[in-house]
Amino acid sequence: MRQYLSRRVAAFVATLFVVSLLVFVVIRVLPGDPARVIMGTEGNPEATARLRTSLGLDRPLVVQYVDWLAHAVRGDLGVSIQYDVPVGRLIMSRLPVTLPLTLLAAAFMVATAVPLGLYAATHHRRVGDYVTMVISQLGISVPSFWAGLLLILAFSVHLGWAQSGGFRGWRSLILPAIALGVFQAAVLVRATRSAVLDVMREDYVRTARAKGVPEGVVVVKHTLRNALIPIVTVAGLQVGQLLAGSIILESVFVLPGLGRLALGAITARDLPVVQGVTLFVASSIVAINFLVDLAYSALDPRLRHE
Amino acid sequence: MSSRRPWRHVTFTLGVLLTLALITVAVVSLAWTPTDPLAMSIVARLQAPSSSHPFGTDQYGRDVLARVMAGARTSITVGVIAVAIGAVAGVLLGIVSGYAGGWPDEILMRVSDAIQGFPAILAALLFTAVFGPGVAMSMVAIGIAFVPAFARLARGSVLELRGRDFVVAALALGAGDRRVLFRHVLPNTLAPLIVQATTSFPVAVLAEAGLAYLGLGTQPPQPSWGSMLKDAQNFLALSPSFALFPGGAIALTVLGLNLLGDGLRDLLDPRAG
Repeated sequence: MRQYLSRRVAAFVATLFVVSLLVFVVIRVLPGDPARVIMGTEGNPEATARLRTSLGLDRPLVVQYVDWLAHAVRGDLGVSIQYDVPVGRLIMSRLPVTLPLTLLAAAFMVATAVPLGLYAATHHRRVGDYVTMVISQLGISVPSFWAGLLLILAFSVHLGWAQSGGFRGWRSLILPAIALGVFQAAVLVRATRSAVLDVMREDYVRTARAKGVPEGVVVVKHTLRNALIPIVTVAGLQVGQLLAGSIILESVFVLPGLGRLALGAITARDLPVVQGVTLFVASSIVAINFLVDLAYSALDPRLRHE
Repeated sequence: MSSRRPWRHVTFTLGVLLTLALITVAVVSLAWTPTDPLAMSIVARLQAPSSSHPFGTDQYGRDVLARVMAGARTSITVGVIAVAIGAVAGVLLGIVSGYAGGWPDEILMRVSDAIQGFPAILAALLFTAVFGPGVAMSMVAIGIAFVPAFARLARGSVLELRGRDFVVAALALGAGDRRVLFRHVLPNTLAPLIVQATTSFPVAVLAEAGLAYLGLGTQPPQPSWGSMLKDAQNFLALSPSFALFPGGAIALTVLGLNLLGDGLRDLLDPRAG
């Protein structure tokens, strides 16, 4: 077990290292001269040269990378050109929007998808199953931002129940979270259904039924508990997708989160902010996937002994 | 099994029909649209659907039906190229990784894990910051996001096939690594790869629309369903129908492609059913 754990942790750290390398290569190496990207076409050569020196872009690439990584590991992601504020502080100031949005969407996803998937599986090849499958098929066809627009149209424009944008506390996150969660919920319904169906074909479920265990107990205790292993894995991986998806929904509902920070930074050619936000989000997704991996082996003892 | 057949048949047929409809619309729009999708008209701004403009008009008086039709072309083009980028890069990465084994495998798999941290949106943010927005940027960003899935699939197949008799025999007969990989291993992994490509296609269509909506992908005046929705959002109260048609086009397209992918998986990969 300890050997398994240390291998997983080593792989995780290596992956984070590659993530940082990818971000660095795209932002600092591919453009040739990032200072010119920041200054744009109107920048004069002297100002560009001064910016190059002040950002340390005149040093060898390896030195730049090691320096940047050493600071990033300590939470120092550089200073925003646009706001003249540490990038780390900017990210922290936007997290109170992005994080609750992602978690609320994840909660919506699990709360709707697991019961629906369970219902479909226990009504396999009956009307309820087909109806649920049709609904989930429609759910994975609707882009989240269109779902957001339709919710705004229904609840803000027609009914006047909700504001159509802006951030005033967690209530402003309900509609965005639903729009964000629908697609992933539809995916999770299918995963839940097939996981439960798989377990229901097991011998021990047949045995439980044969010895007269009530159907409700068979479903909850014998089936769902074992089906949870794949369900938790899929749902966990989806949280990373939700985090990335929140970037779009923040635009639909004009929420001041990480996504809007990054989009604004692109318009302002604020490369340190883009670099910091993408590094932060990509590392978070990789970290979530790593935790899911650990949870999977914790839930399924068979994996640890391989 | 027999009781599943009709249901499978329905989804697959529906998928084929919707996909054919999409392709037909895209092809027809090359030669004919009701009006020029780029032609503006000040007097005909934000009109509701009517007989002269069945889907209404946008804020510049452009015919929404014509633009939805032309948008199909953008979706298909971006989808095909993005999936091709992801498939070629991913398969190469995967077979090299699986065939070489050892530390090259370890390194390539960490790269694949790291790329998983960059969904299409994030990759697009990164690239756009440096190269500016554009349709080429969204193809690359979406394609990169597909690399890990193709890489894992190809690697798994190679690991499975490497010890098989026909591969060992080919090696024993003096075939080189490259010949074994491309003549013996790759053809045997084709079925799952085709399924993966088909199921990636609707994801690419959704991502293209999302990036265009954010202003990171397809740029105006080229019609894209995503950027049409971005325009429509500003006039939701004034002209709700404007937001319905491009969104409906995306949903129908993705639905058709998803059904097609499900059907193909059942046909080509009996184990997955």
